[in-house]
Amino acid sequence: MTEPGREVIRIRGLNKRFGSTHAVIDVDLDIRRGEVLALMGANGAGKSTLIKILCGVHPADSGTMEIDGEPVAFRSPLEACAAGIHTVHQIINDGVVQQLTVAENLALDEICRPEGPVLLSRSVITARAREIQAILGLDLPLGKAMSELGQAERQLVAIARALSHDPKVLILDEPTSSLSEAEAARLFTLIEDLRARGVAIIYISHRMSDIRRLADRAVVMRDGRTRAEFTRPLDFDGIVHAMVGHRLREGAHSAVAGGRTVVEIRDFALTPTSAPFDLDLREGEVVVLTGLIGAGKTEFADCLFGTATPHAGSVTIDGKPLRASSPQEAIAGGVFMAHEDRGNSSLVAEFSVLHNMTLPFLRQFSKLSLVVPDQERRAAVGQVSDLAIKCPSIDVPIGSLSGGNQQKVVLGRWLIQPCRLLILDEPFQGVDIGARQDIGRRLRETAAGRATLVICADLEEATEIADRIVVMRDFSVVGGHSVDGLSLDALVAEISGAGTHATFA
Amino acid sequence: MSTPSPNPASNPAAAAQAGATKSAFSFKDFVIKFGLLIILAVMIIVFWRLEPAFANARNMFSILQAVSVTALLALGVTVTLAIAGFDLSIGSTAAMSLMASSYVMVILNQGTFLAVVVCLLLGAFIGFLNGVLIVKGRIPDLLATLGMMFLLLGLQLIPTGGRSIAKGMTLSDGSAATGTFTDAFLALGRYRLFDLIPLPVIIMLVAAIILWVFMERSRYGRVLYAIGGNEKATRLAGAPVERYKIVAYMISGLFASIGGILLAARVGRGDVTSGSSLLLDSVAAALIGYAVLGAKKPNVFGTAIGALFVGTLLNGLTMLNAPYYAQDFVKGLVLVFALLFTFGFASSQRR
Repeated sequence: MTEPGREVIRIRGLNKRFGSTHAVIDVDLDIRRGEVLALMGANGAGKSTLIKILCGVHPADSGTMEIDGEPVAFRSPLEACAAGIHTVHQIINDGVVQQLTVAENLALDEICRPEGPVLLSRSVITARAREIQAILGLDLPLGKAMSELGQAERQLVAIARALSHDPKVLILDEPTSSLSEAEAARLFTLIEDLRARGVAIIYISHRMSDIRRLADRAVVMRDGRTRAEFTRPLDFDGIVHAMVGHRLREGAHSAVAGGRTVVEIRDFALTPTSAPFDLDLREGEVVVLTGLIGAGKTEFADCLFGTATPHAGSVTIDGKPLRASSPQEAIAGGVFMAHEDRGNSSLVAEFSVLHNMTLPFLRQFSKLSLVVPDQERRAAVGQVSDLAIKCPSIDVPIGSLSGGNQQKVVLGRWLIQPCRLLILDEPFQGVDIGARQDIGRRLRETAAGRATLVICADLEEATEIADRIVVMRDFSVVGGHSVDGLSLDALVAEISGAGTHATFA
Repeated sequence: MSTPSPNPASNPAAAAQAGATKSAFSFKDFVIKFGLLIILAVMIIVFWRLEPAFANARNMFSILQAVSVTALLALGVTVTLAIAGFDLSIGSTAAMSLMASSYVMVILNQGTFLAVVVCLLLGAFIGFLNGVLIVKGRIPDLLATLGMMFLLLGLQLIPTGGRSIAKGMTLSDGSAATGTFTDAFLALGRYRLFDLIPLPVIIMLVAAIILWVFMERSRYGRVLYAIGGNEKATRLAGAPVERYKIVAYMISGLFASIGGILLAARVGRGDVTSGSSLLLDSVAAALIGYAVLGAKKPNVFGTAIGALFVGTLLNGLTMLNAPYYAQDFVKGLVLVFALLFTFGFASSQRR
């Protein structure tokens, strides 16, 4: 479509560390004029850090960056903007001011200019806003407040603002995540137009359909490195392969068939448009639910844990219907869940390891509502030793532990009491390999008396712990495989949706 | 039964590091932990040296009596602070309770028991309303309780047409009020056990101890603190967060109404202007409490010390004939320093 233009940005040997995490490792990357580069990777692959270095939020630890042949090192986002790199962040509300009108938002940089006039005239602002939207061929309701606009229009305003500076490079982080299909189509037209004008676009998305439509080139990151590069025609299976699992672990364990069925899920439809599916979870078996981001894995788990309601379908546990409209009821019904993003959804930062661990089960450690310290401590110390949690004492604040040990505390919490179904959502995020193995081992050791469902996008991690791998795509279960004799190609084809559309469960 | 000892040997590096950090910051740690208590002790000694009458037992208990109402309100607000909320309506809840008890006895001619019960129910109900507004109405805590504060300030004056309630006052129909403050009720504010320890002090101490056990030792207190730390995580751990939050405001209302009863019993009339400074003094006490023993969070013991701190300071300044406007100035100064202990020094230590 476009001729390969000359390079705008040239990155060589870029590295960035945050404490013990090596977030970006020896990244080389070229970005060319008039090209849409899709930057892909699972959560925590290093995309965001790379982008933040590019747009001046973080300085790189080492490595070089050149713009049009000139070496640069940004110390602030302003410097990156001055050099022609503009970013529209995923959370668009960070990029626009809700209380102001569309025109004021478009002309915001003009308004905030320190050497600008003290008194603002409405006509000047409107004129400037018209100018900006004329460049883009947009027709926005200039007089409306931002808060009255839909997501797509807000997104367009944010992009228009970025474009008013005539950028060399435009970075779009998950721009379609909150857009409808029609809204996205409008955005795509705009992006294609920009490409034709020679703007280099870095497009971050997990949506395969976006990539299919827009990308001239795709670079996949995994564990901080750029793992693979694809040019048109894009090999989608190859991309998924590079994102979620470059190899499978063989012979770690053989599949446990599982005992009697604990959880029976029937005619389950997450949304009005998603295909209904059935799924059985058996005692003693560890089932990994995999799929790309946005495939509906977490939404499915939320329905089981009472924090979301499915469109249709039934769930029974030991033959009895599960009625959970809140986590409290789910826990009472024997469903425990450790959520993704432990910092925000599992741990109380001010609490010690001990208090974090026992939070859901205080009743068990209480007499006349008073917590009996001995019982509580014994339970926590037991989990600390079973999971090999490294901490100087169970009374230290949870924040002083490494990510892997914090995750162990979260798992230990839900192992204090037996349950019928244990759900873990991405338990290996930000967890080092040693802790990951400890968690996987303990999970399998304790699996006997319950059904276990682990959400995990990374196939290498998945095969480490699973007896069975179940694939979700487009909010529906599209396949299930025993971990014995697993075919990576078939799995990847199912995840990306490029292969056959056979539906079974 | 011995407490299982934590095992530092399992991670010698981390333990050594923690040890090193501790010794490097030991002076700072010491100041953060005991700074406020030391200042309190120094203050008492200085006042005693300057004015020997300050340190006699009777004056000491006068200080406690003076702070008991403030302390009760501060204890209540501590619970809402623990859930990362706030209750601005405690001052007017106490005033409401003062007016209501007077109304029940003087105008309705009822006894002590009914007066007390009406006040307690009213306090709990106001807290319940606050909680519902915040939890179900989704109004931010500061705004909901600010609204409630104004609402109560007006409401308490409606039954008497804005006048204070006193024995034999003229009612709207021209007749004189027949009721009176009962002796039993007045004793709540004035009786001294062994002719020394004022009853309000005992009530305050008992309430403080009960609340301390509730917040520090019971599982409910643990969950309340968890809600303040991470509401989402607490909900996902299965706690009925909404119910807990409503209960927190009910406790706050209840404690404020107890404070109001004690105030009414001490004043002996339904004075519309008493209790105007209660809100700010009790919030100051609770916030000073953050700095006690380096808690860095709302806590019952700290709040009690905070109230004592403010009371001692004011009593001492009064005895030394400091002008009345110096009091607010000094209160503000103490609060700012206490907050600096809590937030400023602590955060630089954490980095």
